[in-house]
Amino acid sequence: MSTPGVMATQVPPEFTVEINERKCVRCKRCTTECGFEALTYSREYDAIVADDAKCVACHRCVTMCPKHAIRVTDNSLAYKANANFSDIHRKNILKQAETGGILLTAMGCDRDYPVLWDHILIDACQVTNPSIDPLREPMELRTYIGRKPDCLEFDPDSDPLKLKTELAPNLKLDVPVVFGGMSYGSVSYPVHKSLMLAAERCGTFMNTGEGGLHRDFYRHKDHVIVQCASGRFGVHEEYLNAGAAIEIKIGQGAKPGIGGHLPGEKVSEDVSKTRMIPAGTDALSPAPHHDIYSIEDLSQLIYALKEATRYRKPVGVKVAAVHNIAAICSGIVRAGADYISIDGFRGGTGAAPRVIRDNVGIPIELALAAVDDRLRQEGIRNQTSLICGGGIRQSSDVIKAIALGADAVMIGTSALVALGCRVCQKCNTGKCSWGIATQNPRLTARLDPEEGAQRLTNLLNAWSHETQEVLGALGVNAIESLRGSRERLRGVGLDEKTLEILGIKPAGR
Amino acid sequence: MYKRDLEHIPSGCAISGILNRKGKRIDGRKIIKSIALMHDRSNGLGGGFAAYGIYPKYKDYYAFHVMIDDEESRNRFECYVNQHFTVEHDEKIPTAKVNGIHNPPILARYFVKVGEGKLEDAGIAEEDYVVRQVMHVNSNIPGAFISSSGKNMGGFKGVGYPEDIAKFFKLEDYNAYLWTSHGRFPTNTPGWWGGAHPMTLLDWSVVHNGEISSYGINKRYLEMFGYKMELMTDTEVIAYLFDLLVRRHKLPIRIATAALAPPFWKDIDAMPEPQRKAYTAIRSVYGGALMNGPFSILVGFTGGMIGLNDRIKLRPMIAAEKGDFMYMASEEAGIRVIEPEPEKVWAPKAGVPTIGLLDEGVEL
Ligand code: SF4
Ligand code: SF4
Repeated sequence: MSTPGVMATQVPPEFTVEINERKCVRCKRCTTECGFEALTYSREYDAIVADDAKCVACHRCVTMCPKHAIRVTDNSLAYKANANFSDIHRKNILKQAETGGILLTAMGCDRDYPVLWDHILIDACQVTNPSIDPLREPMELRTYIGRKPDCLEFDPDSDPLKLKTELAPNLKLDVPVVFGGMSYGSVSYPVHKSLMLAAERCGTFMNTGEGGLHRDFYRHKDHVIVQCASGRFGVHEEYLNAGAAIEIKIGQGAKPGIGGHLPGEKVSEDVSKTRMIPAGTDALSPAPHHDIYSIEDLSQLIYALKEATRYRKPVGVKVAAVHNIAAICSGIVRAGADYISIDGFRGGTGAAPRVIRDNVGIPIELALAAVDDRLRQEGIRNQTSLICGGGIRQSSDVIKAIALGADAVMIGTSALVALGCRVCQKCNTGKCSWGIATQNPRLTARLDPEEGAQRLTNLLNAWSHETQEVLGALGVNAIESLRGSRERLRGVGLDEKTLEILGIKPAGR
Repeated sequence: MYKRDLEHIPSGCAISGILNRKGKRIDGRKIIKSIALMHDRSNGLGGGFAAYGIYPKYKDYYAFHVMIDDEESRNRFECYVNQHFTVEHDEKIPTAKVNGIHNPPILARYFVKVGEGKLEDAGIAEEDYVVRQVMHVNSNIPGAFISSSGKNMGGFKGVGYPEDIAKFFKLEDYNAYLWTSHGRFPTNTPGWWGGAHPMTLLDWSVVHNGEISSYGINKRYLEMFGYKMELMTDTEVIAYLFDLLVRRHKLPIRIATAALAPPFWKDIDAMPEPQRKAYTAIRSVYGGALMNGPFSILVGFTGGMIGLNDRIKLRPMIAAEKGDFMYMASEEAGIRVIEPEPEKVWAPKAGVPTIGLLDEGVEL
């Protein structure tokens, strides 16, 4: 097969950019704001000219234009109706006919598979039990992540109370939301810094992702989970000890079963140092860990990491939600994981083949319910904590996830949106106008870590308040009374089997 | 008559309890008077009593109080009980005809022992064996329900006002050192006697005013340890939680109650070490056992009684003492009517257990 030459594209632009000439004052700001170089100033016409084909609808120019002179709209060409061959299918075929390549994309699955969160409703108290006012009464969200014993033993003769049981190390979360793994390289330095500062202020954790931890950040270690992925980028003893917990990344919701790909353009000098790879080279992490071909191997790595950190830190495992997730997680618990992060198929990514992102894995709602059930049936639920993620968009998703059985949730996309991301799905290009998914210093300078931290802190505070409101309405004042309390959830418009898997009743019952 | 409430039924209620610390036994008149005074807190859809020390003659035998639908069910039950236990004695539970008490089931009691060799076969402790059989009968033997299963104690309950239930069971004829009682105000008709309080397991009995809003998770937590919630009531959950924490996990009572209604984190954080560590562990390990929502409960067991309120005291509870007697009730009037001049009367604090224990060395 010969490599195709460069062809003129037949794919029409996705968006249309219109500049209102009357409003525009020709300040040219938009031309520098656009990371994708879609806008230029034409001296000849004294006007801003848009190359629609380059626009990704990231809204940077729209947001920054002082005169609100820019409008980005869908380039909604009429296609002859066809319920089977949608315009998306036709465009994708054209792209592949032109390039012969895998379609690459970023962020989470954008197809309209049912979102089960939107088919679940929450209970509230009326008459027989009082609701509680979160403004007047304590409303506790504190959560501990890590292995717990089934029961405790106390010194019978000691007053004050003294514990005899040795406890495994746990992470203390003031809010049951952590920032999911996003690597330095896929996202920028100021993103990592914003996440870290916010985690510190909110009493939670950020996860380094698979690209190591910049030296500057070692001092924030009490709020960092360091990841160890198949590429082992940036993994050394000091790094392992630089976090509050270690997470072995087996898979990711957006691309279960395949490795990571950080294009060379994003491997800057700093990224190269942190990852311990040459600058400008593609960072490819292998699909499996080449030392983990079975569950016993996973156990060995878990204990190797525990040894390396003298059993002072919880070691977790991150997996993508795939069909057999319940059995897999049961194995992971038995292999010694102190917590499991389960990433649903809607989880985000910095780069993934579209075919995988949009077709592989299962929804987190079902995965979580199945895993929690299985671990309870086997009596090992206490031995591990469950963090779930993959499409968590709002506090109600958090609440429903916890009621289904999660100890905490992880957010990636939502955190980036708080920082300015418009989910344009072009992270893989390294051109992110918001300074998020790029290493271009001109672009990353746009994200002020202080402001970023504030925005993230605000988001988590807002979600905390909302969660407390719902707890109060449920008549409980501690998050552990919500956790796994599926009795307080009802399904609408769900078939019987789905309800059974979720372990909830239909509304009206 | 159907065996189970298929839905979880919320209810309000009255509770009362009397303990004599010296183990001196008194007849049922006082407890009846106390609960009857709080008549308006129940609506005639459930009343019941737990009495400890009532079967001195059979004190080493598990006393199974059984509700039976019909003769066929009786045969099924007796066949099972004979297979798994040695029945020392069985009899009809004496009852009287009372206006306002309708359609009682057949009520019988069996004094049983675990037969030789049974435990070796099952490889478990005797009490776990009993729990297993009680749960089996209650889930799988249609028409038969073991409503109490402790030694030297019994639960008496049914559909009706508590004072009528007392007359029906002739409780003035029983002598107990510990009485608890309950008047129920369910929000729909249970229509089934087993649904009334007390809920019991082994010698644990629970009478309960309120609703456990964390029922869903408490139930799933207990299921992990092999308990089966057949009744769909939150009160049953309480009895099983005490069984799990105190009997099986061997937690001292004050720690068990700290798991069920723990202090707030802000208070734990302010504790000195090693308490802080201990309470942090209790909350993080026993989160599934935390009982949330409005409740006041009285838990009876061979060694005494425990009163406990939810963490913000959303249901009433008053305690009092006079001499060797300790009283707890939903209303102070419920105590004063039987003990007009108590030496001490107090309102137990939210989440802090009031524990009344038999004096050490008391012979029962
Ligand atoms: S930023 Fe707005 S006003 Fe300035 S040149 Fe661009 S479109 Fe015109
Ligand atoms: S982070 Fe990715 S999806 Fe978000 S705006 Fe930047 S390029 Fe677009």
